[in-house]
Amino acid sequence: MDVLLDATFLARLQFAGTAIYHYMFVPLSIGFGMILAILQTKAYKTKDAHDEALARFWLRLFAGTFVVGVATGITLEFSFGTNWADYSRFVGDIFGAPLAAEALFAFFLESVFLGVLLFGKGKVSPKFYLVSAWLVWLGSCLSALWIIIANSWMQTPAGYEVVGTGAAAKAVLTSFFEAAFNPSTLQRYAHVLLALFITGALTCLAVGAYYKLKGRDGKAADKLIKIGAIAGLITGILMLPAAHMQAVVVAEEQPAKLAAMEGQFETQAADLSLIGWVDEEGQELHAISIPGFTSFLASWDFDTQYPGLNDFPADEVPGGINAIFQVYHLMVALIGVLAIVVLLGLAVWRGMFAGKKWPLRIILIGPVAAIIAIQMGWLTAELGRQPWIVYGELKTADAISLSVDPWMLIITLILFLVIYTVIYVIWWKTFARAVKEGPEKYMVADVPASFEGEGVLE
Amino acid sequence: MTGFGILWFILIAVLIIGYFALDGFDLGVGVLYPFLGKNERDKRIMRDSVGPIWDGNEVWLLTAGGALFAAFAPAYATSFSGFYLAIMLVLFGLIIRAISVEYRSHEPGHEKLWDVCFFIGSLLPALLFGVAVGNVIAGLPLNAHGDYTGTFLALLNPFALICGVLGLVHMLAQGAAWLALKAPLGEALRGKASRLRRLFAAIDLVVFVVAAIIFFVAVLPNSNGTLSVNVLAVIFAALFIIGDVGVIACGMDDPKRDVLGIVSAGAGCVGLVGMTFASLFPNIIPAINPAYSITIANAASSDTALLAMTIIACIGVPLVLIYHVIVYRAFRGRIK
Repeated sequence: MDVLLDATFLARLQFAGTAIYHYMFVPLSIGFGMILAILQTKAYKTKDAHDEALARFWLRLFAGTFVVGVATGITLEFSFGTNWADYSRFVGDIFGAPLAAEALFAFFLESVFLGVLLFGKGKVSPKFYLVSAWLVWLGSCLSALWIIIANSWMQTPAGYEVVGTGAAAKAVLTSFFEAAFNPSTLQRYAHVLLALFITGALTCLAVGAYYKLKGRDGKAADKLIKIGAIAGLITGILMLPAAHMQAVVVAEEQPAKLAAMEGQFETQAADLSLIGWVDEEGQELHAISIPGFTSFLASWDFDTQYPGLNDFPADEVPGGINAIFQVYHLMVALIGVLAIVVLLGLAVWRGMFAGKKWPLRIILIGPVAAIIAIQMGWLTAELGRQPWIVYGELKTADAISLSVDPWMLIITLILFLVIYTVIYVIWWKTFARAVKEGPEKYMVADVPASFEGEGVLE
Repeated sequence: MTGFGILWFILIAVLIIGYFALDGFDLGVGVLYPFLGKNERDKRIMRDSVGPIWDGNEVWLLTAGGALFAAFAPAYATSFSGFYLAIMLVLFGLIIRAISVEYRSHEPGHEKLWDVCFFIGSLLPALLFGVAVGNVIAGLPLNAHGDYTGTFLALLNPFALICGVLGLVHMLAQGAAWLALKAPLGEALRGKASRLRRLFAAIDLVVFVVAAIIFFVAVLPNSNGTLSVNVLAVIFAALFIIGDVGVIACGMDDPKRDVLGIVSAGAGCVGLVGMTFASLFPNIIPAINPAYSITIANAASSDTALLAMTIIACIGVPLVLIYHVIVYRAFRGRIK
């Protein structure tokens, strides 16, 4: 029971839960946004009724998902003040600016032009409508940039100095650009953004495969498979250097995290484990590994020595090494699954496996695998940097709101659980029904000039 | 206290005014929804009147929150953690409201549930923002660390509650003014909205007088010098009154004055927020023990950070205004 009354644990649980939940809808929103912009562009160019229906259909999927992302994102912006008051006091000089900039540069762009997409058909020119689709997507990508700037600063802080001591200590900005473009920002942004695009591409592919599987072959299914497979291939290939660069940054900037990811206790050349188990008490890793391969990936040299967990003070390494090892390796393993899905998608698009159902069934797991991989990546990043909330500067336990009692956290945790579960069920029901009904429902012979809205918000 | 600190004190007031003036009317529409939306057509008109714009309006809140964090982190930390349960209620309200607006027409069979969520999700923020502001004005029990030491129930004191009601009634006047502007001419809904616009503006003035009496009798004398009734505060108070009188003067029958109605209600928002900030200056969150008050001087971020924020604002705010002009122009005119 003690742990249930531990304010730090409860605050972490609440942040982890609400962030993970929010981050199911972020990849879908930003990924869907990319597909939406592509489909709207196609519809604009061809003026074909089928393309128009497909674009409208995708807008429906996008809007229902996007709104959940918007609604659950507010929680996180508020939570720094509500649940992490001492964190806010420590980092306000640096961390607040990206949040304000995100609202100013990204949220307004997204929300205002989403209004145009949902209600503006027939009220604005087709060109303006198309531009709005791209602006919504651009806005969501900018939103990710500012959040990654903020999060990367927590991982690899730069451009600041700490003033004061004890409870009065705080970080003070010395260079905005050094803080914003700290050592890990750009690598992590590329890694994160590509993962979101892959999720969008694989969802597009999966929806197309679903129609083929149900025998609803037709233009729509073929187009979705083609767009999804090509987008998946391009973003997947780009992901390889992006993921590599991120790994290099971790090795250089967060050595304790790297040691936890590979379950390495002593200084040595870092292996790349394929599968394994960390015995934390016995300080041993039982794994099938390629010796020195992580060193090779991070430094192009199999012999580069990296510190082990025992090289750090005991209170400066993360807890739960085996958990970090497992979530990291699950992410890596899922990359293989995603690659297979993309290759099958390309094959199906090129007309291979005609009449076969198994490739289509495998393609259906693509979006789920992508989202799990993304969540595992974030768990690696956030568990791996513990016990720090600002790496090397502020510990998580020193960052909570002292005026918030554990019972308040428990009440709100329960409320989040209930409300978020209901929202999830409704989102999934509505999403699944929209997919079942398909683009056919959105066929309109011609759009009357007085067409009132997309019927999305009515 | 540097020039940047004062500039950002003013800019945060401006962002809050932007939020109040814009989201205020769509929250007001949400609270009026069950009372005015008696049939499906009227409900649809009410939803459509805010449909394309509510989300953009709400972003002003996120911007104001982010700016408060960036410019005066201790004030953000103290208020959000001190008002924990109230903020969470606002948050849950905003969440179910956003979901209900989107899913109302795509999740058939649960229209009643979504209508209730839209109403509650609008009512909670509309009421609680004022309660929070009332508590800030009255001064909070803070410790040396800046943490709120009172209880949740202590936040529900008479002055804070009357401030909550004041904010709510003002938003109702804004909501009615917006509906009068957007509802189809000649329909009963427009007539009802224009009557309510006048009624709520009048009630708003009465509530304001009550709040002012409590303020002068019970709040100001106990403020240990943290509050000041200065010229600027009086001018803003006058602006608020002029705004409400302007709404009342729109009458009910002349649709040409409907624009004046929403603009006057917006001027009232400028008055209320301006008056609050002018009275608080140079405090941001006064403490009962003034030594612990959070002020511009002790809470402002460094000049380096505020310079960066100022540059961000100089680029971002004009863009935001352009987006708003574009979207409000695209959706101008009455709902069909």
